[in-house]
Amino acid sequence: MAAVGTHEAEQTAASRWAGGRSPFDVGWGKLMMWLFLMSDALTFSGMLVGLWTLRLGSPTWPDRAHIMNIRLVGVMTAILICSSTTMALSVYETRRGARRRAVWFLTATILAGFAFAALQATEWTHFILDGARLNTNPWGVPAFSFTFFIITGYHGLHVVGGCVYLWAMAHRIAKGLSGAGGLEVAGLYWGFVDLVWVFIWPSIYLL
Amino acid sequence: MDAVAVRQPEMAHEPHPRESFIRHYIFSIDHKMIGKQYFLTTMFMALVGGAMAMLMRAHLGWPDNGVLSPEQYLQAVTMHGTIMIFFFLTVMLTGGLGNLLIPLMIGARDMAFPFLNMISYWTFVPGVITILLSYFVPGGPAGNGWTAYAPLSAVPAAEGGAGLGQTLWIIAILFVVISSLFGSLNFLTTVINLRTRGMSMGRLPLTIWGAFVTAVLALLSFPVLMAALGLLLLDRLAGTSFFEASNLIIGGAASTHQGGDALLWQHLFWFFGHPEVYILILTPMGVVSDIISTFSRKPIFGYKAMVLSLAAIGFLSFLVWGHHMFVSGMHPLLGAAFMGSTIIIAIPSAIKTFNWCTTLWHGRIHFTTAMLFAIGFVSVFVTGGLSGIFLAIAPVDLYLHDTYFIVAHFHFVMASASLFAILAGTYYWFPKFFGRMMNETLGKIHFALTFLGIYGTFYPMHFIGLHSNDRRLYETTAYPFLSHTGPVDVFVSLSAFLLGFAQLFFIANFLWSLKYGPVAGDNPWHANGLEWTTTTPPPHGNWEGALPAVYRWPYDYSVPGARDDYVPQTVQAIPLVAAAGAGGGEA
Ligand code: HEM
Ligand SMILES: [Cu+2]
Repeated sequence: MAAVGTHEAEQTAASRWAGGRSPFDVGWGKLMMWLFLMSDALTFSGMLVGLWTLRLGSPTWPDRAHIMNIRLVGVMTAILICSSTTMALSVYETRRGARRRAVWFLTATILAGFAFAALQATEWTHFILDGARLNTNPWGVPAFSFTFFIITGYHGLHVVGGCVYLWAMAHRIAKGLSGAGGLEVAGLYWGFVDLVWVFIWPSIYLL
Repeated sequence: MDAVAVRQPEMAHEPHPRESFIRHYIFSIDHKMIGKQYFLTTMFMALVGGAMAMLMRAHLGWPDNGVLSPEQYLQAVTMHGTIMIFFFLTVMLTGGLGNLLIPLMIGARDMAFPFLNMISYWTFVPGVITILLSYFVPGGPAGNGWTAYAPLSAVPAAEGGAGLGQTLWIIAILFVVISSLFGSLNFLTTVINLRTRGMSMGRLPLTIWGAFVTAVLALLSFPVLMAALGLLLLDRLAGTSFFEASNLIIGGAASTHQGGDALLWQHLFWFFGHPEVYILILTPMGVVSDIISTFSRKPIFGYKAMVLSLAAIGFLSFLVWGHHMFVSGMHPLLGAAFMGSTIIIAIPSAIKTFNWCTTLWHGRIHFTTAMLFAIGFVSVFVTGGLSGIFLAIAPVDLYLHDTYFIVAHFHFVMASASLFAILAGTYYWFPKFFGRMMNETLGKIHFALTFLGIYGTFYPMHFIGLHSNDRRLYETTAYPFLSHTGPVDVFVSLSAFLLGFAQLFFIANFLWSLKYGPVAGDNPWHANGLEWTTTTPPPHGNWEGALPAVYRWPYDYSVPGARDDYVPQTVQAIPLVAAAGAGGGEA
């Protein structure tokens, strides 16, 4: 016989999802960043699907090893991956309360981001000097150059935007306006930018 | 134990003594005001979209009168679809109803991030302005259908409206997409994090479940559309050719664009497009479930099945997009796979329908206007769902694709169903938000005329479609095989005018009731949801004092032995009619 009122039952069944608390123990900022990154991942997926559709539909596809400086791109990738480490260290130091060190690690991360963007710009310059444009290129497969520009460009925007975001965070950490929680949210974004590159890199340069 | 203090991140919700006009009405961050802004803006867009429909029917009923030129006709079709889908239904259901209802129904003070909520509305407004602006540019607005198929949409020289009009179309939709993304971030975070004490996921009203799954779909499908629109814009403006195949001949000259693929657009678009149609129906399904339960004075039948089928529909909706492309020359095996997944998605839809009927069964039904529209929803949803099953069968669809049969299908299952739920919801929640009741007599006239108008307009389209009348054909009189359908078209047009006329009753009722409707109490329908436990209209921060704690699901109607036939979610122990015997409790 069910008792009138369900308070007791509720007590025993009390779970993370029972309301009155965050089920994942995270604030809205972090949760929202996770959700945003999921949706952004799908934007990139749309573009990569576009790349692969056109590429598989094209009778030929230029040999990247002859056109692009694969070694330079390897360096870019290494820089970006290392910057995720400095980012993580910065969150760690903030959590320990070592704000100065945290800001140093953040600065390193930002510099790495700019280095990546600068190398990407060199890549673009070479490519353009070789005659690549959005609608044509010397290798006779227009899709090769326009997918390159659009996808690396969109990723590059994410990197530069991320640098600005981290710069603002560094400012806030230095002033004591933000704590480890806020920085972790920024770290999620930075890790994502890194992760996406791991998909773009092989799709454009390696495979 | 009894005095439960609910801990919630308090977000500066002390009543503001006096907000400036701008802070209160324009750049408000209160979810109720933002919801009203969305509601009114999208209602206005519905009028624009409706006017397009009237123009189309004026032409199609009497094609020889030359009401519209061929170009204008295609533009009217396109703008009707675009405005109704993107600027009315999508945004009304999420920005409008979602904003108004989510915090109130889960016991939150506001959205998780009220400022982003305000930004979201103010990202939508430029979209509205852009799409309206496109009427006034050389060549007029886009004329390529709401699906904007490439290469027509990618080639500025293709036809009237394919120039600046199409570019503005893309930009306008991009605004809507970004605004919706902001919205779904907020909705998901709010529902996950800000439910009040005791409001477990298993006690959420189905309206909220619908809005929640909708937000998931929007979060995962809109970004793909965003990518596609971005690439399309680049194709038009920057010289890329993602969607333009090699060697197109445009106006006698070879196009300079090389290497794209028009089918890529279709895949990306429908990967978004099918979830989108469910974005337009899941919240309505929830709204109708709640209204049917309230006015049957019975618990909703099969709550768990309702939630699971919402989730199943949400999941499956990402696997069926190919059913829009059966004629695109896809591999027959792939076609068969999409056919299979499409048939499967009909199962959860049927489960929901049976549950609505079972909820009505033996209920003590109160035929309020809201209830009539909710029952009407079930009717039009079934009618449209059944034609969906025809279309799911690939060989049948090869014949029916792009005929009026499709138009009939989705106007029943999506357009009418969504519209009915929005109207039902408006009649139902109007008292809460505006403090007054709407007029029931005018409401019932509105319902009767709308219901007749809908069936009169869309039911005959099945037959026109079976006669192979193409859905975007301008000159129906030019083909002998269509000579029998002329009178049907006249009938359809007259019904459409009736349908349009019927909405005047709604507008009049809405405006009149705002000022002269009888004052509504806090809970005029004797309903259980949390939104009815606060004052009418709800104050800033939604509840005076502490947030309510929740002890039961929102469907405890006609609990045996209880004193009243409803038990609001905040009631801990059910007041009984007699001292001994009867026990109640959660169903
Ligand atoms: C019972 C389940 C359903 C099935 C089996 C089904 C099947 C289909 C199929 C196969 C098509 C493609 C027809 C063609 O273009 O040749 C279609 C079109 C469409 N369906 Fe459904 N459908 C179902 C339910 C729904 C629901 C619930 C909605 C919306 C709420 C919806 C909205 C649409 C729309 C908008 C189109 C036309 C899109 C366009 O070409 O403009 N359908 N449906
Ligand atoms: Cu579909």
